[in-house]
Amino acid sequence: MISVKNITKVYSDNFYALSNISLDINRGEIFALLGPNGAGKTTLISCICGLIKQTKGLIKVSNFDTLKDYRKTRALIGLVPQEFPLDSYESVLNTVNFSRGLFGLKPDDRYIKNIIQSLKLWDKKNSSIITLSGGMKRRVLIAKALSHNPKILFLDEPTSGVDIQLRKEMWDMILQLKRNGVTVILTTHYIKEAETIADRIGIIDKGKLILVEQKENLINRFGKKSIIIEFGKKIYEIPNKIKDFDCFITNDNFCLVIKKLKNNKDINIKKMINIISELKIPVVDIKTEESSLEDIFLDIISERV
Amino acid sequence: MNFNSIKAIYKFEMARALRTIMQSILAPVLSTSLYFIVFGAAIGTKISTIDSVSYGAFIVPGLIMLSVMTTSVNFAAFGIYLPKYNGSIFEIMSAPISAYEIVIGYAGAAVSKSILISLLILLTSTIFVDFYIKHPLLMLFLLILISITFSLFGFIVGIWATNFEKLQLIPLLIITPLVFLGGSFYSVKMLPELWQFVTKFNPIFYVINGFRWSFFGTADIAIIISFSFIIIFLFICLILIGLIFKTGYRIKG
Repeated sequence: MISVKNITKVYSDNFYALSNISLDINRGEIFALLGPNGAGKTTLISCICGLIKQTKGLIKVSNFDTLKDYRKTRALIGLVPQEFPLDSYESVLNTVNFSRGLFGLKPDDRYIKNIIQSLKLWDKKNSSIITLSGGMKRRVLIAKALSHNPKILFLDEPTSGVDIQLRKEMWDMILQLKRNGVTVILTTHYIKEAETIADRIGIIDKGKLILVEQKENLINRFGKKSIIIEFGKKIYEIPNKIKDFDCFITNDNFCLVIKKLKNNKDINIKKMINIISELKIPVVDIKTEESSLEDIFLDIISERV
Repeated sequence: MNFNSIKAIYKFEMARALRTIMQSILAPVLSTSLYFIVFGAAIGTKISTIDSVSYGAFIVPGLIMLSVMTTSVNFAAFGIYLPKYNGSIFEIMSAPISAYEIVIGYAGAAVSKSILISLLILLTSTIFVDFYIKHPLLMLFLLILISITFSLFGFIVGIWATNFEKLQLIPLLIITPLVFLGGSFYSVKMLPELWQFVTKFNPIFYVINGFRWSFFGTADIAIIISFSFIIIFLFICLILIGLIFKTGYRIKG
């Protein structure tokens, strides 16, 4: 659906916002682009949407060049920006209708009503934007982006400043869009968001795309599992048989934490229990913890730092 | 040509004009009426005729031009500056719409508003003075041409401006003084020779006199020279707008 080939964006001060990025995004998938502030997420989205012209490289949307065939590619794309760039004194209905017209489509009251209703804004259709809450403004931006029935939707930090309930409703909406065949690309700081709804994850840092993986593969490849053994009395030394593993004793000296990569078959709970039972120290509890996508993301970024 | 997109921008802009109807439409009409009272009644009694035209009638084209130029520049400049200011320009720049379609939408709305106001002023002026328009079709043609030219200029100002002060700078500190000094309320022949010479460097002088010629068939300068100036200015604006979109100056990264 989207093919990015060797994209570089250099600003006049010789700052490389994007360095030789290549990426393919498949039709109907939810792709999450993660990265720290200033990593190049918004620049990459802006290049695909036509807001910024890349210095080098080629971007194709549905096999159309975003520069040469910009009318065709832009008609396929809806963009929800990070900020609230809205005309404060315009009404919800007018601003959504404006977006549809701007994308070259004739008015369609029924379609617009459906979108506004699905985003729970119908009661506010005649309200000025200035009177809306942050969450409502965010939904207005989504309604505007959907007003021309795009096949691709870019969501740049879609749930920032949104309460938990609304965030979950937005996730449901994004999943529904996916079921309707819309390709969704989102950037987010809430790694939990990517973990919950994304099919594939891309991590970008300092203008370079570090990795692109299926979410499950990423978690399996980089995810860590911790085995936490809680003892009935304090321990002060790691048993010899597990000294070679990535393990440590907690500060209160009651717990032993053994870390392992999820796909490491050398360490398993049964084996650990056998080793620990040989110590003749009473065991109170054994539990396991798995690293989240957030932990993986932080590990990858901190390794680069 | 993407007519729906142009229509969307045009309608959005016209809705903005209607939202601020007191400021955008009634205020120019009121101020023009005041000009008639001050210049027409107070000064007009001291000046009998200029080129056989009563002073009250003589200032009608000047007043219309003052309003057309300031309205065209202001409205077009605000029109494109506001989305830049609030960030909603992202939507215009990411829409399947070409540069010239964007310009047609914004400048078209500014032209419509200017013409509407100028016709209202023309109507208002009939209350205060008796006059006739010798070349009404030419007057209408020049009115549209001048509105288009100055709306394009306003669009450039709106793109160039990086804050509200700059947005007001050119209409207030350049256009308005040049209109006042360009013979809106007097004939250049009434000035000393030195100032007559200086006035010839004022481009607005040619615009006002061209428009005045369409009213009375007489003006301080030949109609062909005035017309040529307007066309040259129009092309300069078109070239600058072309460059803005080609380079993405202040609108695209």
